[in-house]
Amino acid sequence: MRLQLDIALAHLRMRKRQSIVSLLGVSLGVGFFIAIAAMMQGFQQYFVAKIIDVSPHIIMKDEFREPPRQAVMQTYPGGAVRLEGVKPEDEPRGIKNGKAKVAELSRLPGVKVSAVLNGQVILRYGSKDVSANLVGIDPQHERLVSRIEDDLISGQLDDLYGTANGLILGEGLAAKLGARRGDTLTALSTAGAVLKMKVVGVFNTGITTLDNIQAYALLKKAQVLQNRVNVINEIRLRLDDVSQAEPLARRIEQRFAYRTESWEESNRNVLGIFVIQNGIMYSTTGAILIVAAFGIFNIISTVVMEKTRDIAILKSLGLTHRDIEIIFLLEGLLVGVVGTLLGWLVGYGLTEVLASIRFEIEGFVRTEGFRLNYSFGNYLFAGAMAVLAAAFAAFLPARKAARLDPVDIIRGAA
Amino acid sequence: MPAELPTELVVEARSLTRILPGTVPVTLVRDIDLGIGASEFVAITGPSGSGKSSLLYLLGLLDRPTEGEVLIEGQATGDLSDSDLAELRLTKLGFVFQFHFLLPEFGVLQNVMLPMRKAGGRDAREIRARAEQILIQLGLEDCLGKMTNQLSGGQRQRVAVARALANDPRIILADEPTGNLDTKNAGIVFDIFRRLVVEEGRSIVAVTHDPDLAARTDRRIHLVDGRVVAD
Ligand SMILES: Nc1ncnc2c1ncn2[C@@H]1O[C@H](COP(=O)(O)OP(=O)(O)OP(=O)(O)O)[C@@H](O)[C@H]1O
Ligand SMILES: [Mg+2]
Repeated sequence: MRLQLDIALAHLRMRKRQSIVSLLGVSLGVGFFIAIAAMMQGFQQYFVAKIIDVSPHIIMKDEFREPPRQAVMQTYPGGAVRLEGVKPEDEPRGIKNGKAKVAELSRLPGVKVSAVLNGQVILRYGSKDVSANLVGIDPQHERLVSRIEDDLISGQLDDLYGTANGLILGEGLAAKLGARRGDTLTALSTAGAVLKMKVVGVFNTGITTLDNIQAYALLKKAQVLQNRVNVINEIRLRLDDVSQAEPLARRIEQRFAYRTESWEESNRNVLGIFVIQNGIMYSTTGAILIVAAFGIFNIISTVVMEKTRDIAILKSLGLTHRDIEIIFLLEGLLVGVVGTLLGWLVGYGLTEVLASIRFEIEGFVRTEGFRLNYSFGNYLFAGAMAVLAAAFAAFLPARKAARLDPVDIIRGAA
Repeated sequence: MPAELPTELVVEARSLTRILPGTVPVTLVRDIDLGIGASEFVAITGPSGSGKSSLLYLLGLLDRPTEGEVLIEGQATGDLSDSDLAELRLTKLGFVFQFHFLLPEFGVLQNVMLPMRKAGGRDAREIRARAEQILIQLGLEDCLGKMTNQLSGGQRQRVAVARALANDPRIILADEPTGNLDTKNAGIVFDIFRRLVVEEGRSIVAVTHDPDLAARTDRRIHLVDGRVVAD
C-alpha cells in the first residue's frame, strides 16, 4: 500500500495547481457546510427550545376543526339535502364545562394544566391606543404551564394578586404604549367594558410576536372586562415529556372535540420553513461538493491519460490491475481526506468568526448574535460526504486505468 | 528426480499463435515452438512487422496467446489468472524496452527499488542496499541520487536494466533495448547483458535490428511473417 500511496502522491504533486484547486473546493464545501449548519441548526434549536420553554405544549381552544353539522344533515347523513340562508348560532363561545375538563386533564400524569380566557382589548395610555391580546390567568397554575414568571424583567407574577386590576405587559407592548411598571392605563374590550389597570410587571420571552402583543391579568378581571363571567376559552397544558405533545393533543381532541393543538402544530409554518432552510443548506453544500468532485474527476482523468505509459510499465513490472486501481482511487481519496481535514479547520474558523459577531435582531426571536450548534456530527457528516464524493469521482478514471492493456500502450509508444 | 537439470528450459513456447480478432483478423505470430535454456543469450531478428515484439510480449506474459502456451521455468501459464501472471512478471521476468520507461516522478534509486517494494519480503534498508548494489554493478555509481531526467540516454537505459534486475529474475526480455542508443552505449548494454549471462547465469532474449549486436549473442532466431524461419 505504501508503494501505491507514493505513486499517487507523486502524481498529485505533478499536478500541483489542479490538486490544490480541487482540495480547496472540497475544503470550502466542508467548511461552509459546518458553519452554515452550525448557524441554522443553532437558530432552529434555539427557536424550538424557546417555543417549548415559553409557550404551553398543548392548547385546547373553544373552536372546532369542522363546523357543527345542522340537525337536518345529521338526520339524513349522505342525503341530498341543501340548506340555504342558515344563520350561524350566536352561541357565546367558550369551552363548555371548562372546570370539569380542567379537572380531568389535571389527573393525567406528567401534565400541568392552566385555564385562561384570551381576548382582544385596546390598551390606552396617554394618547396611545394599542391593541393587545389580554390573557386572563390564574398565576398559581399558569406559572406551571409557561415560563412567564422567569421572563419577567420587572415585577412579580404574584403582584397580580396584590394589586387591584394588575396588568403585566410584554416588553414590546409596553414600549409601544410608553408605559412602565406603576403606570395606570385603561383597558377597553369589544364587549364595551372599561377597566383602569395598573402595570405591575413587564416580561420579555425573546419571541418578538409575543412580547409585542401579549398582556396578562387575573382570570377573574379578564372575565369581567370581556363580560364573560366564569368563561374560559383556552386550556393550556405543559408536559414533562414534550415529545408526547402531538399524540396527546390528538387524544384530547378526540375526547372533547375542541380543537387541540400541540406546539408543533401551532408552529407548523415556522417548522416548515426550517425544513426548507435545511433543504437549501444541503443542496448548496451538495452543489459545492459536486463541483469539487468534478475537479477531482478531471485531475485523475488527466493523470490517467498522461500516465498511460507509466501505467503500462507498472503492469509489465508486475503490478496488478488492482494495484493500478488503488493508486488512482487513493489520489481521489487523498484529495477528499486532506480536503476534509482542511475543511474542518475552515468550518471551525468560520464558526468561531460567526460566534464572535454581535448584533441585535428581532425576527421570530430576539437574539444578540448567532445561536450556534457545535455538533461533531456535522463534521463527520460533511467529511463523509466529501470523501464519498471524492471516491466516486476517482472511481471511473481509476477503473479505466486498471483496464488499460499494457501491450497496446507499449506497442503504441515504440 | 535430480536436483539440477542442466538442460532445463527457463522459457518455453509451445505452438504459440496469436491472432488479433477483428473484422480482418491479424496474425501476429503463428505456430512458434521455442525453448530458451538457462544462461542462454538469444537474439530475435527479423524484418519490421515480422512479429518480434509480439512474440516477446507473449513470452513475457504481457499478452495471452490465441493458441498454444508459454511455460516459465516449467510452469504452464495458460490457466493462470491475471494477477498470477503479474506475480510471475514481478518475480521471474525482467523487461527492458526500446524506451527506458522510467517513472519521471521518482529518482533513479526509487525506480530500481519499485519492483522490490511491490514484491515485499525485504525491509526498506535491504531494498535500498540492493538497488544501490545493482546500480553500482552497472557502472551507475554517480547516478544514485539523481532524478531520471538528469541522466544521459545510455545511463537511463542502464537504469532500466537495473530495474529489470531488481527482483533477481532468471529471464530478461529486451525489445530493441539499444534502438535509441549510439553504438558506444549499445555496446555497453550488450556487454552488461553478456556479463549477466556468463557471471550470473541469467537468460536473455533480446530483439535487435543490428546485425553486429546480434552477432555477439549465442543464438539467433529469425522471424518472418510471424514464423520462425531460422534458429
Ligand atoms: N493492434 C494491431 N492492429 C493491427 N495490426 C497490428 C496490431 N499490432 C500489431 N499489428 C501488426 O502485427 C505485426 C507484428 O507486429 P510486431 O510489433 O510484433 O512486429 P515487430 O517485428 O516487432 O516490428 P518492428 O521491428 O517494427 O518493431 C505487424 O505487421 C503489425 O503491423
Ligand atoms: Mg517491435
